[in-house]
Amino acid sequence: MTATATRPSSTIFRRPKSTEGFWGWVTTVDHKKIGILYGYAAFFFFIIGGIEALILRIQLSAPDNTFITAGEYNALFTMHGTTMIFLFVMPMSAAFMNYLLPLMIGARDVAFPRMNALSWWIFVFGGIFLYSTYLFSSPEPPVGLTTIAGNLDPSELGWLARGPDGGWFCYQPNCGPFYTPGHAMDFWALGLQILGLASLISSINFIVTVFNMRARGMRLLRMPVFVWMSMVVAFLLLFSLPIIAIALFMVVFDRQFGSLFFAAQAGGDPILWQHLFWLFGHPEVYILILPAMGIVSEVLPVFSRKPLFGYAAIVFAGAAIAFLGFGVWAHHMFSSGITPVAQAAFGISTMTIAVPTGVKIFNWMGTMWMGKIRFKTPMLFAIGFLAMFTIGGLSGVTHSIVPSDWQQTDTYYIVAHFHYVLFGGSIFGIFAGLYYWFPKFTGRVMSERLGKVHFWLQFIGFNLTFAPMHWLGLQGMIRRTWQYPEEAGYGPWNMVVSAGAFIIAISIAVFIYNWVVSKRRGAPSGLDPWDARTVEWTIPNPTPEYNFAKVPVIHSLDDFWHRKYDEDDDGRAVRREDADETIRTLEEEGRNPATPIHLPAPSYFPVMMAAGVPTIFYGFIFHTSIAGKALIVIGALLSISALIGWGMEPLEEPAEHH
Amino acid sequence: MTELVHAHDEHESTGIENRKLGMWAFLSSEFLFFGALISNYLLYSNRPFADSVVPAEVYDIPFTSVSSFVLLMSSLTMVLAHNALTRHDQNATGTWLMATAMLGALFLGGQVYEFRTFIVHDGLKLTSNPAASAFFFLTGFHGTHVAIGVIMLLSLWGMSRRVGSLSERHGMNLELVGLYWHFVDIIWIVIFTVVYLLSTPV
Repeated sequence: MTATATRPSSTIFRRPKSTEGFWGWVTTVDHKKIGILYGYAAFFFFIIGGIEALILRIQLSAPDNTFITAGEYNALFTMHGTTMIFLFVMPMSAAFMNYLLPLMIGARDVAFPRMNALSWWIFVFGGIFLYSTYLFSSPEPPVGLTTIAGNLDPSELGWLARGPDGGWFCYQPNCGPFYTPGHAMDFWALGLQILGLASLISSINFIVTVFNMRARGMRLLRMPVFVWMSMVVAFLLLFSLPIIAIALFMVVFDRQFGSLFFAAQAGGDPILWQHLFWLFGHPEVYILILPAMGIVSEVLPVFSRKPLFGYAAIVFAGAAIAFLGFGVWAHHMFSSGITPVAQAAFGISTMTIAVPTGVKIFNWMGTMWMGKIRFKTPMLFAIGFLAMFTIGGLSGVTHSIVPSDWQQTDTYYIVAHFHYVLFGGSIFGIFAGLYYWFPKFTGRVMSERLGKVHFWLQFIGFNLTFAPMHWLGLQGMIRRTWQYPEEAGYGPWNMVVSAGAFIIAISIAVFIYNWVVSKRRGAPSGLDPWDARTVEWTIPNPTPEYNFAKVPVIHSLDDFWHRKYDEDDDGRAVRREDADETIRTLEEEGRNPATPIHLPAPSYFPVMMAAGVPTIFYGFIFHTSIAGKALIVIGALLSISALIGWGMEPLEEPAEHH
Repeated sequence: MTELVHAHDEHESTGIENRKLGMWAFLSSEFLFFGALISNYLLYSNRPFADSVVPAEVYDIPFTSVSSFVLLMSSLTMVLAHNALTRHDQNATGTWLMATAMLGALFLGGQVYEFRTFIVHDGLKLTSNPAASAFFFLTGFHGTHVAIGVIMLLSLWGMSRRVGSLSERHGMNLELVGLYWHFVDIIWIVIFTVVYLLSTPV
């Protein structure tokens, strides 16, 4: 009734009708499709970042190697870090959240479907913007490099050196206008700004979704741990992104408009950059790890056939990690000359973070203890996560001891540590999730045989790559240096490390092959391939467009499990006689909704509005030229007209369209 | 007509409308944004460079007091607009919305005048010293927020004219813009107190 009152002619364009084909994907506002887009784009960037790592490892495999130039090395390690963090792990987590959050809380979509599409498009344009530095930035030799290596001709730096080369931490004043001329650093700073905008929008969306879109009976403490961790991550993003936004704007203002925030020679304070960056940067590492912790908390109980041990403790430990995560940032700065009191305080606060993390690790072990463990591929990755993350966590605690940290700063020991938590942690968790929810995405299961090959290759390759870095670091091999001398004796271990990196690459190739083949010819999964516990498995695979034919009512934590199992007198789970019947009914009902379900209609405006953002930022970089000014105006007009169109377009199409 | 089930007409678990909750989440993020900006200024406020002036030496407190008053009054008119809407008084709603937008624009005019005086008359530029950089950076971002608010108020006013009456949907829009507008005002109270009044010249 109210719907028919809104006439479609009030929009600028005719509304996209088709949900299929190219335009169907471009204009989609379906959280599942957006999740899949996020996933594929993130994986694409994972491959790019991996290739960058391989080039770095070829260079470092032998002493005094000259496979690439020093300039190229700097740009490659900067882009490797930036890509893996901002273009792989974060969007991959966003992919899981997009696809799974609504399913896990029994909703048919996120709170703001079009904003969801907007954040996906801003993300993908941000990634393209960041990498377009290779097309637009001029290859000017950094001043520092010139003085070290004599007068360098820009052409001798190599093509890859055109990228930003200040590291993902972009320390000042090295990244300021004086030491890093050219546009590469501007592309980096503004590219991150765009990616941050995308994350801010999705964090608001997820918070509102979790708070407001839960099915009846889905109380906060009945939500799956993955939902909890996603919500915690959304809050971390919400509170840390504005800080990095300010810091990045300061860098850009220094570089473009001559402000003096970090110009030490004019009274500016380069250490302020470190504070602002790590005030964002440390919560950021929890933004990277908490989704993986959520995934593992889903996988471990299913394959141990036991409820999660200490559910509430895990949830609150996750929230505590996030809370404490805002109070430890200066442990990244122990060698920057902060006062002894600050060092002691941040050292202690860093140690306290080990407490909630330890709580989680013991709870996960408690979950597996006495369980009937099935060593399927997702479980292998989850156990791999647990072991590798624990090693990384322990080496992390050693950094909280300040004198020890002084020795470790800028050595490969640090590189070993954060790869154990980010690769051994986040990425193992992500693979556990990809194998576990593959049936949800496709209706098929991935090959177990290939999955196990993938896991063992990756596990062995990972440890060959990063374990020796501990020893190299303690021997004194420094980071971010393109060569090391023969006499240092780092050669043999570096060869092992590089070999390990290629084993990881092979394991990823196995994964891709497995994915492609299983997607086409994998065994059909049915509704409940893993004997799962949570509500997202009560609907057919792959997920129907409307998610739930009938919105479920939740009666307990692990609701689906309790519909299949009872407890006997000894507290053991006994499968109910009607369990198979229940699953058949769910399959049947899930495919045949009793009433037509009206879904949010596709829209052109999110992609249009997102396109305006990088346009404005290109203009910003080249603002001294007429073309740059024109780009700012064009981008602003594009975004504003999209916004107006958006505002006048109803979320759902009027009823006669049905 | 078949009974339709909508993906989006489910109950809201918290009882707070989605868009309102989203706006609150956004504003909580904005607090950190301005928190970083203000601490930034506090760190730099008394760091002159060479013989350039710092902002605290050239503030025109009486002038800025007047423009602060103008901005605070715009919060009052915003409340009156909302109040008029709840009384279904369409004309008054439109009038108060326009008044709010005009007061915001007046404040922005004052800021442009202030920046111009500083740059042309006092020689205080973005590039003078870190304190000046931080001052223009902070107040500039606040001004940008006010400008966006004025645009939103004018759009709201336009919508109210075009549709003829503010429907329920527009009512929520008005509340959202109101939240944003009050936030921008509150931030200005902090800026005026901390940056202008408590800044002591070297």
